[in-house]
Amino acid sequence: MSQFLQVLLSGLSTGSIYALAAIGFTLVWQAAQTVNFAQGEFVMLPAFFVLIGIHWLHMPLWLALIFGLIVAVIVLGLLFKKLIVEPMLPNGGLPLIIATMALSILLKEGTKQFYGAEAQPYPSLFPQTTLHMDGAVVSVQDLLNLVVSLTIVVALTLFLNRTRTGRCMQATAQNPAVAEILGVNTKRMVLYTFLINAALAALASFLISPVYLAKFSNGETLGLVAFIAAIVGGFNQIRGALAGGLLIGVLDNLTATYVTTEYRAALPLVLLIVIILWRPQGLLGTSEGRKV
Amino acid sequence: MSAGTPVLSVRDMSKSFGAIHAVQGVSFDVMPGEILGLIGPNGSGKSTLFNCILGQLTPNSGRVEVNGQSVSGRRACDLNRLGVGRTFQQLSVFPQMSVLDNIILAGQEHRGTMLGRLFGAPDAGLTADADQMIRFFRLDHLRDTMAGALSYGQQKLVDAAMAFMAGPSLVLLDEPAGGVNLTMLANLKERLVAYNREHGTSFVVIEHNMEFVMSLCTRIIVLAEGRIIAEGAPDEIRSNQTVIDAYLGG
Amino acid sequence: MRRPGKPVLLGLGLVALALAPVGQTDYILYILSSWLVFAIAAVGLNLTLGYAGQISLAQASFMGIGAYTVALLTLAGVPWLVAMPAGVLLCFLVGLALGFPALRVQGHFLAFVTLAFNTLFFLVARNEDWLTGGPYGLSGMPRPDFWLFNTDPNLPFYYFTLIVFVISSALMWGIVRSPWGRAFKALRENPIRAESLGLDTRRITLLAFAIGSAYAGLAGAMFSPLVQYIEPGSFSFVQSLRVLLMVVVGGSGFFFGPVLGAAVVILLPEFLRFTEGYYLMIYATMVILLMVFCPSGLIGLGQRLRDRFRPGRELRGDMKQGAQL
Repeated sequence: MSQFLQVLLSGLSTGSIYALAAIGFTLVWQAAQTVNFAQGEFVMLPAFFVLIGIHWLHMPLWLALIFGLIVAVIVLGLLFKKLIVEPMLPNGGLPLIIATMALSILLKEGTKQFYGAEAQPYPSLFPQTTLHMDGAVVSVQDLLNLVVSLTIVVALTLFLNRTRTGRCMQATAQNPAVAEILGVNTKRMVLYTFLINAALAALASFLISPVYLAKFSNGETLGLVAFIAAIVGGFNQIRGALAGGLLIGVLDNLTATYVTTEYRAALPLVLLIVIILWRPQGLLGTSEGRKV
Repeated sequence: MSAGTPVLSVRDMSKSFGAIHAVQGVSFDVMPGEILGLIGPNGSGKSTLFNCILGQLTPNSGRVEVNGQSVSGRRACDLNRLGVGRTFQQLSVFPQMSVLDNIILAGQEHRGTMLGRLFGAPDAGLTADADQMIRFFRLDHLRDTMAGALSYGQQKLVDAAMAFMAGPSLVLLDEPAGGVNLTMLANLKERLVAYNREHGTSFVVIEHNMEFVMSLCTRIIVLAEGRIIAEGAPDEIRSNQTVIDAYLGG
Repeated sequence: MRRPGKPVLLGLGLVALALAPVGQTDYILYILSSWLVFAIAAVGLNLTLGYAGQISLAQASFMGIGAYTVALLTLAGVPWLVAMPAGVLLCFLVGLALGFPALRVQGHFLAFVTLAFNTLFFLVARNEDWLTGGPYGLSGMPRPDFWLFNTDPNLPFYYFTLIVFVISSALMWGIVRSPWGRAFKALRENPIRAESLGLDTRRITLLAFAIGSAYAGLAGAMFSPLVQYIEPGSFSFVQSLRVLLMVVVGGSGFFFGPVLGAAVVILLPEFLRFTEGYYLMIYATMVILLMVFCPSGLIGLGQRLRDRFRPGRELRGDMKQGAQL
């Protein structure tokens, strides 16, 4: 039982980090019908920005984190939108899919070339201690990761629902034509969405890298898991992506502990196929707005 | 088919979306050679009715028979093979295929078997038939042009030609006049009437352009709020007070 | 579209392919053969993606199914001529099954389902040691011997791949010129209209996957005796991406697009060898640029240039519509 609790908590912890990436995915999909096949690399990369800040610019950790976040927002948000997504909008969906796949190769190989193929140790944000509760050993890092990511999700939801800008963004995502008529600067709102996606990816990166270490190939699984989480959650809502992320994190940990490690990676894939065939609108989703 | 069997028979068709009853207990028949107009204010349920007949929507209740055979729950491709052609409200050609290929495609699934279409004679007289159809709709000069490069009105003609290619006994025309300029419209109407005379094909037409409907159709059904409120010859409809109220009252 | 120059060009191309290996080293022979093998897989994917508009990121897994089937059978002493059809048939059937998701979802959803399938195949190939040899793979597959024509040396093997490539391309030519080809294109351009014209779009979708996959199976059946050593990594998702790039870079929906694309994807790394580790980065950048400036691929780019210099020709509309996934 105590082992189960441990597995559950660590699953929720990684799951909540997956959810951050999945939410970014969902937001960008809603606002710009863009599926970013490089999302995994978007989560892999910011950790290296932080490492550059620490090792090359000799920043303290807190400053390096801010530096990493800003660079990520500029490179993975602004530049991604302006240099790749925007020029390709008139070309339709397939070229963009291919281009983001190529981008994922570019980011991965670039990181490998400039920072090496070995996993880089990455400073942990939280104490590596454990708590003993009711006989269960609980990692403080897991617990805090979960708390921090959930706080980010709550903050994001409040921003989207309570602020003027947030509501304008939602209006743009739901019906750009109407939003435009109502005087919303839809172009800017779409840009904000890309910036938020980059920020979410960066935060996910900061949280997950102490666990996985910073490695150029981290994005391969992360991107797939983020997409699966988004699809499980219905692809068009934040709470869906959150639920999807948590579900996959927990299932992944449970299979690895109790069923099979060899086929650990297979479970989310099977889940993906089953969901797409059985409920393409996602577990929590409604079918509207999903006529692809 | 005997003159007594309706080409299309719709019985007690109902369809609701949540609390909105788009179509409520609509019944009507279409006789061979008839051109039936289906009119009504926006939101009166015309398109929903069309989609229910064609199997694109599943009605809550009701039956559809084509030439006396029940087709409820059939897919659009099966319906087409039973002799029901249709055109679309939005442009519906295959933009990167030539006009000729568009029209051949419309006929090819009605010839031979699936495997025969791969291994057999690739043409099987289709080109000749398609050329005849192209000539009928006076598209000769555009035969080898990509359909996507045609003007709006020309694409509407191609769309109509495709609907007729398989020699259907019934064609449903969804706003054939929408967005078509006057010259092209006169041409389209004249060709539709000519086709109806030559082949005895029945039409059901949804249309907003009253001029067009009144001069094309032999009988008209008026829908409002999902029900049939009037039915009759164009002249009767023109002077029917209920119809005028429905349109003016919105 | 028909110009008198086309058959001549085709003949010249064949002569060039026949003469290409003369006096070349084993290494060049290997590169040329693997180009033709991948071109077969790309020609198949071009049917699924370019003609029928269904994206698939699982082409490498079908190459894998073909390659493992042929490897296991030929290692057990079954002649290649029997093993190959078995592999192709198996791929056809599995491809038919993989087509079912395409009946429900399109575009990127389909991309991810097929990607997931490819990764599942990879996991099975890696974990089921008893069948696939696990991570160590299978080796020592014999090259086919047709009495007078023993393909064991590299030169005859090149001609063997050339013959298989020409036959399979000719078959594909037949398919896209038949009414089926028209049906595939109709599925890509307007499935709802196609259905209303009596076209069974479900069947056509499944067939687009099945035939495309069968071609990948054939490529796998050639790959196995070509490299004589297969392991799961040869059929990972990255390989599927390579095949997809071949189709898109060459020009999806153009008959010879994937052949050209395969040449670029296979040969470019050789030309970029001097850049060492940067090759993949240069490559990825070039793909992004191509997608930004000419999404219809190199053949599309060529046509666009030619149309610019030859006014009055009917512009073949961009691949936009077909690529609108």
